[in-house]
Amino acid sequence: MNAPGLAGADRTPWLAAPSAIFLLTLFIYPCAYGLWLSFMPKDGGMLANYAKFFSSDRLWPTIFTTLKLALPATLINIGIALPIAYRMRIKTPRQKWITTALVVPITLGTVLVAEGMLTYFGPRGWVAQVLETLHLYDGPIRLTHNYTGVLISLIISGFPFAFLLLLSYVTGIYPVLGRAAATLGAGPWQQFRDVYLPLLIPGLAICFCLAFVQAYSVFPSAVLLGAPAGPTRVISIAAYEAAFEQYDYPLASAIAMMMGLAQLVVVVGVLALRRLVYRGPVTGGKG
Amino acid sequence: MSTTITTAAGAGAAKRKTSTRFWPRAWNFTLYALMAVFLANVGLMIATVAINSFGKVWRGTWLPQGWTLNWYADAWKEFQLYDLLIVTFEVMFAVVLLSVLLGVPAAYALARRDFRGKRWLLFLFLLPLLIPPITYGIPLATVMYQWHLAGTIWGVILANLIPALPFVILVMTPFIEQIDPNLESAARVFGARTPQIFLYVLAPLLAPGILAAALLVLVRTVAMFELTFLTAGPDSQTLVVALYYAMFAPGVRTSQSVDAMAMVYMAVTLVWLLVALQFVNPTQLVSRVKDHPQPG
Repeated sequence: MNAPGLAGADRTPWLAAPSAIFLLTLFIYPCAYGLWLSFMPKDGGMLANYAKFFSSDRLWPTIFTTLKLALPATLINIGIALPIAYRMRIKTPRQKWITTALVVPITLGTVLVAEGMLTYFGPRGWVAQVLETLHLYDGPIRLTHNYTGVLISLIISGFPFAFLLLLSYVTGIYPVLGRAAATLGAGPWQQFRDVYLPLLIPGLAICFCLAFVQAYSVFPSAVLLGAPAGPTRVISIAAYEAAFEQYDYPLASAIAMMMGLAQLVVVVGVLALRRLVYRGPVTGGKG
Repeated sequence: MSTTITTAAGAGAAKRKTSTRFWPRAWNFTLYALMAVFLANVGLMIATVAINSFGKVWRGTWLPQGWTLNWYADAWKEFQLYDLLIVTFEVMFAVVLLSVLLGVPAAYALARRDFRGKRWLLFLFLLPLLIPPITYGIPLATVMYQWHLAGTIWGVILANLIPALPFVILVMTPFIEQIDPNLESAARVFGARTPQIFLYVLAPLLAPGILAAALLVLVRTVAMFELTFLTAGPDSQTLVVALYYAMFAPGVRTSQSVDAMAMVYMAVTLVWLLVALQFVNPTQLVSRVKDHPQPG
């Protein structure tokens, strides 16, 4: 317990060892084990699981089913969140109220959102009743147990996430830059396009990746609000069924690896695109 | 969208100003309207859960016919809410305690020292926050079944620790960075030993940060569905997972008692959220702190 540094070796970095060991055993090892297991199918050669994945009509289309949900959801969420977050970049009591209100759907989680949606957007719920009373829509109104239901739930839980993340990026940009541009004659639109947007690109790319990855791993709402047998049979449902209904862990691991790979492809694509349109410091903003 | 500053001064300037003001205002209005529609729908959606849990029968009318509290008594017995609450609180506090005990020293090391392999360590701590739980949850559950951890409460706690620990580390590292290292050196000069420095110098300074990190982890753990779902057994379910199972088998349970359970879950979550919001910024729930948090 003597002063560190005197005896040569500094022991402070070892304080991180317990955390590192924990994550290596319970995070890295399972992932590596899953990868290894996916090449050890119940029967067949090394690649039998992957061959099965791409030849089965129940498995490979899930990649695109999930993509069809995750991509529109992410684009809608970021498309709405960006202008609103930009609008609210100045700290006001109103900003505080809205951010607080938006945290509620995030903390409640997807399962509770699904429970609320089943009644609220259901065939006899308030939304259907209002639409009928106003004669805006004729015939049966189906907003749950289909594609729309899952998309709405992805927006309800994804929009606040995108908004709060973007808000933390927008407020991180030094506001004097915008005012300087205004002094030189830039209007609000020019300020946004030429000053804020370039600085926001890195944050926007990261926000897109996180929002997309989250939407791509949709699970409870796809089961509860969607049609898990058909139109919203997303990839996580396929992985879950393989693991806990057929007890085929190697196949489940292979599907989980494909899910990770699909996410990785999009993330790498977005980050590469960012590098194409924007060259500069990775963290824009203050300083 | 031409709202550039007009250099023209004269008779027409005032008139032009009113006409160019229309679009920014309409845009402003649209943004606030979008936000209002979103918040109103979320609010009404939560209200339907509350109303349904207190209503006798509610089919196709604006409000239920008659009110009752019986669904809560039903749910309490039917779903064994008492046991569920105990498990939920046990998991919650164990995860918070372990993530702080392991995470704060790690954050201290990252904030104070540069060492070989630090980048790799940061990457290791960031990865569980970037990869969604369901992606690594299935291999994790496989391994936990082999180790006979899955199905036990310890399995659930350890699984929930995977995203919680990196979260604490990433919240605490910038917080520790802003504490002046000279304070520790000064204490050492005056003969304080490491435990004393920790107890009398660091702990009081770190307390606000630890409190914030602990509350954020708490709120996130109550709502963590996927990892608990994949690793829990019948006796180690938390409220969210039980709620999912109750919804998954519709018809078996009445929708009102499921909603009563949902209300209990909501109450547990929102109490901690309200406590947390006294100490933290809402944006911290989704991202790590950008600015140094204000102590106190």
